[in-house]
Amino acid sequence: MSKKLIPVKAEEPKAESVLREIMSGDPVRIGLSILLGFIIGAVFMVVFSEDVVDSWSQFGADPNYALSTVWWTLQDGYGALFSGSIYNLNADNFIDGIRPLTETLRFAAPLVMAGLGVALTFRVGLFNIGATGQIMVGLAGATFISTRVELPQILHMLLAVMVAVLCAAVWGIIVGILKARFGAHEVIVTIMMNYVATSLFTFFLREPAFLLEANGGGTPKSDQPADTARLGKLLGPEFNLHYGLIIAVLSVVAYWWLMERSTFGFRFRMVGHNASAAKAAGIKVENTFIWALAISAGFSGLAAANQALSIDGGLTTSIEAGIGFDAITVALLGGSRAGGVVLAGLLFGAFKAGASSMQVAGVSPEVLGVVKALIVLFIAAPPIIRAIYRLPKPGPKMLEAVKKTEKAGK
Amino acid sequence: MKLELRNITKSFGTLVANDNISLVLKPGEIHSLLGENGAGKSTLMNVLYGLLQPDSGEILIDDKPVKFSGPGDAMAAGIGMVHQHFMLIPVFTVAENVVLGHEPTSKLGALDLNAARKLVTDISNRFGFDIDPDAMVRDLPVGSQQRVEIIKALARDAKALVLDEPTAVLTPQETDELMEIMRGLAKSGTSIIFITHKLREVQQVADRITVIRQGKVVASPSPKSSASELASLMVGREVELDVKRKTAKLGDESLVIENLTVLDDRNHQMVNGVSFSVRNGEILAIAGVQGNGQTELAEAILGIRKVHSGSITVSGKDVTKSTVRQVLESGLGYIPEDRKKDGLVGEFSIAENLMLDGSFTAPFAKGVQIDFAKRDQIADDLIERFDIRTPSADTLAKQLSGGNQQKVVVARELGRDLKVLVASQPTRGVDVGSIEFIHEQMIAARDAGKAVLIISTELDEVLALADRIAVMYRGKIVGIVDAKTTREKLGKMMAGIAA
Repeated sequence: MSKKLIPVKAEEPKAESVLREIMSGDPVRIGLSILLGFIIGAVFMVVFSEDVVDSWSQFGADPNYALSTVWWTLQDGYGALFSGSIYNLNADNFIDGIRPLTETLRFAAPLVMAGLGVALTFRVGLFNIGATGQIMVGLAGATFISTRVELPQILHMLLAVMVAVLCAAVWGIIVGILKARFGAHEVIVTIMMNYVATSLFTFFLREPAFLLEANGGGTPKSDQPADTARLGKLLGPEFNLHYGLIIAVLSVVAYWWLMERSTFGFRFRMVGHNASAAKAAGIKVENTFIWALAISAGFSGLAAANQALSIDGGLTTSIEAGIGFDAITVALLGGSRAGGVVLAGLLFGAFKAGASSMQVAGVSPEVLGVVKALIVLFIAAPPIIRAIYRLPKPGPKMLEAVKKTEKAGK
Repeated sequence: MKLELRNITKSFGTLVANDNISLVLKPGEIHSLLGENGAGKSTLMNVLYGLLQPDSGEILIDDKPVKFSGPGDAMAAGIGMVHQHFMLIPVFTVAENVVLGHEPTSKLGALDLNAARKLVTDISNRFGFDIDPDAMVRDLPVGSQQRVEIIKALARDAKALVLDEPTAVLTPQETDELMEIMRGLAKSGTSIIFITHKLREVQQVADRITVIRQGKVVASPSPKSSASELASLMVGREVELDVKRKTAKLGDESLVIENLTVLDDRNHQMVNGVSFSVRNGEILAIAGVQGNGQTELAEAILGIRKVHSGSITVSGKDVTKSTVRQVLESGLGYIPEDRKKDGLVGEFSIAENLMLDGSFTAPFAKGVQIDFAKRDQIADDLIERFDIRTPSADTLAKQLSGGNQQKVVVARELGRDLKVLVASQPTRGVDVGSIEFIHEQMIAARDAGKAVLIISTELDEVLALADRIAVMYRGKIVGIVDAKTTREKLGKMMAGIAA
């Protein structure tokens, strides 16, 4: 019949299409962003190294020396990152050699769990930055169970995990209801809820009636979690890696199933891509927001349980360790997909694991902060990466195959 | 002014939107540019207006090559454009709108509104526009707003006017008046490029016709050509403009609307005490100019807009207060007027789009899991039945042409067990081939005993499909008439004059 070819027009407003591009996470663009982040991080490392500055001041006298100090500085810095996060080449035996990798896994686990939570809301079209607050209330819940309740082994741990998830979910539901019923913007609400949760957790830690350690003084600190509630060591006493990793793996599977296989995920994605069409298809968009924020916060609650139940000694607010904030980056970096979040979580876990050995090697680990920030910057500004690597602009393009079928007219 | 486009070629990636197009516009001539959506008309006009730079080819004014790097250059050269969507500021007066951007000022730099008023009155009198320079633009009817746009162009000494689909928003009467104005302008020496896909108007007013198909000039037929000749040239094959149909076999009233009142987002009453019913086996078409409450009526029936008062009954069940899901499950199918906004998820595959409103129950859902095997099987079946041209069911909806996208929506809605079909602008922005197909499907639904409500601003579509026609004006039904009613009478009704 028709032999017409009608190009698809990109009619959405610019800001919205950029946001979509950011949250959609094209793997090539993300990979290039990471590469560029490391390259510019290297520049920082070199420029702020005293050795390099000294050697370059005598560049005329000894150019070879100047160039080699640059090389050695980079090798020291990123080499330390490698041996601190993947395999320690200087180790005497295999156990010591592989330890950095298990540390990376240990650091990655909570990042992945919280990252999945943030990723879920991204796919529903919500820019949820409330993981920090959700983790805080989760920490409070888990710690209350682990320090103030006595239960047998395993049961105690499971209850603590569940309470952490529930507390966090309630925190997420509050945001969902404020958005669904009163139209409050989730970005503002989650930021404010982060402040409230952080202060609330500190308050609990100060209060003898809630979390303050026995015979505790003015410093906000809890008791050590009861042994019955702790997440056990996964690979024996030689390694710090604990059962949190198993929870993380289960979370990834659950997230994948929820988003890709279940009808809930289908509706979540539908609302995320086109809320208006979802509404016309009989979906209650507001309720979907509430559900998404609740489940998302539940994942953050798992990250909280991971932190609260694996610590040696009492908890302070520093146990959150920036996970809630890194989770946003992990979700962005992972393109909000299960597999992507795992890879991004591993990268950020490696940063955390490698930071200390970089310091030992005499390279400021803050360079990693710069690298992280740059990666986010590049991901948040797709046009920069496209310009630097001369990538084609994604646009109103029709697939060749579509054109052919339409032209052929069957 | 003689305007010539010579061998213009413009491509986007692999798509050649304009392929070596040449066009001559003589002084005082109305030159009609005819072509389907996506044929390349808008691209050509954007090249002429300096919004796009051609890959090759040139623009000549009075046989001298010119180069436009933006609309400013084009305007300075005497080219005026009246866009389909008006570029007016509603809270400014006509005079203020007309001088916006090149305001006449007194010696001290203050705005000289008297000069602006005089400018408007002069032009208005010269061409018989009947426009009050002090009227607020938002208070003017659409037809008059369009005249303000034309005055705006003439006030900048436009010698050549481009009118882009100017009749889309007009009643038949306003359209006739516009045709008069166009002839008057042409007589006084202004050249006009008239872009449209409505054949009747072309026959009425054009001195010369150029037909564009797939980016190429395919013919320059005489203005005396018949409508079906023009349509065939536009589409590139024989076109059957009249839909064949049997006489209606009427059944029960499956959709009953009683005394319905609906408000828009700003609490204006958009639907005002509307009553009608649609019986099984008939097509009731709601005609009317855009913006007379049709959108709100359709949204209220589906339940995405709240009903203020009155009632809606679908096959005997009161659904006035029902949720969208309940309405859909009561056997109502819905084709929205804006498929990209309400009908499809562009980032979803065709298969996913075909289950958009079916995720709650079988066959698409198996418990809380999606039944992927069933989904793909249903998708393949619907793609076949509804002639959706796609390499596979996994192709994303946004990668399809407008016609194929609309077929996806139609397939989804007609693919399930329906009693009532509500179709809003079912063929807007769709190529002629797909229009034919979609119309056939509507008739087939009617013949299968479904109650079909079609809301359309295209009088041709209404006349081709309807068994009965209800005309809507300012939120009210002006009258419900027989399908044999004349165009003239319907036109009067669309302007609010009861039959």
